[in-house]
Amino acid sequence: MYSRGFRPIAIATVLFTALAFGLVFFYAPLDGDQGFIQKIFYVHVPMAIVALCGFVAGGIMAIKHLRSGDRSWDMRSYVAIHLSIILGTGVLITGAIWAKASWGHWWLWDEPVLVSFLIVFLLYCVYYPLRFSIEDPDRQARYSSVFAIAAGAFVPINFVAVRLAEQITHPRVLSQTGGSMPGEMRLTFLVCLVAMTLLFVTLWKLELTSKQASMQLKRLRGRLELRAEERAATQASR
Amino acid sequence: MPALPLDEAGQYVAGAYVVFLLLILIYVAIIGAKVARIQRQVAELLELTDEPETGAGRSAQPARSRDAGGRESSSGRGAGSPAEVIARGPEPEAPR
Repeated sequence: MYSRGFRPIAIATVLFTALAFGLVFFYAPLDGDQGFIQKIFYVHVPMAIVALCGFVAGGIMAIKHLRSGDRSWDMRSYVAIHLSIILGTGVLITGAIWAKASWGHWWLWDEPVLVSFLIVFLLYCVYYPLRFSIEDPDRQARYSSVFAIAAGAFVPINFVAVRLAEQITHPRVLSQTGGSMPGEMRLTFLVCLVAMTLLFVTLWKLELTSKQASMQLKRLRGRLELRAEERAATQASR
Repeated sequence: MPALPLDEAGQYVAGAYVVFLLLILIYVAIIGAKVARIQRQVAELLELTDEPETGAGRSAQPARSRDAGGRESSSGRGAGSPAEVIARGPEPEAPR
């Protein structure tokens, strides 16, 4: 079910990732202010955008789950959030590296962009204990979906709030002027964003396929044991 | 004038890209390990279905299997008729 279209997406991911790396290191010009350090931008920002979109997508899938009662939507939501948290970890680490190189500090607590992303990240870290502390699968799916929707709604609100906040150190990338990027930089950034999106979709499908196979196997094993029990009981009664 | 000279900046840039690649590699490795475990379990089930039915003697023989954690366990029951179960296909899934 989930593996449909996996191969072309995986191939596109590899091609776009290779193209993105090529553009980053051989095509995009060096930034006049930051120099070579600015190359971190091409991995850090697409990762942040895809992670935040993944959180929102998880919320939308959770809405679908609550509306339809189809638990496969809950699993899609769970995997999207799981992957977004992994990308979020990458965003925090690469951001800290960039901050150290550029500003001389690993972290700045008075910068709204950094702190707001950390809040979103920590909020979603709560998703795991919430989900796995509930044993009943129906309740687990329902409660997780409610959380995913509430947290998913918080992400765009948070984004807008940060836009409205005073800029202190961290630059705004998605501004009306496109962050004043020259054409080559913008093209490279867009290719990196597409590559990161494709990577997210590929990994999402991969994990979903693996989880589905694992669940089917578990169910099959259960059925085999049940059938064996029935057979043994029949033979004993004879 | 750039913030950092190229040799110093290169370490930070390399660090950021290595972190990204490592995250993806670790993730893919974990998924790969899970898929390998599933393949092993499928192979075990296929072995069970390939074994000929031997009636009462078979049900008295414990069927050895591995649980989700890969530990070997003995169910103490016969395998029954797994081919029928496999042919019937899976039920709608339950997440987790």
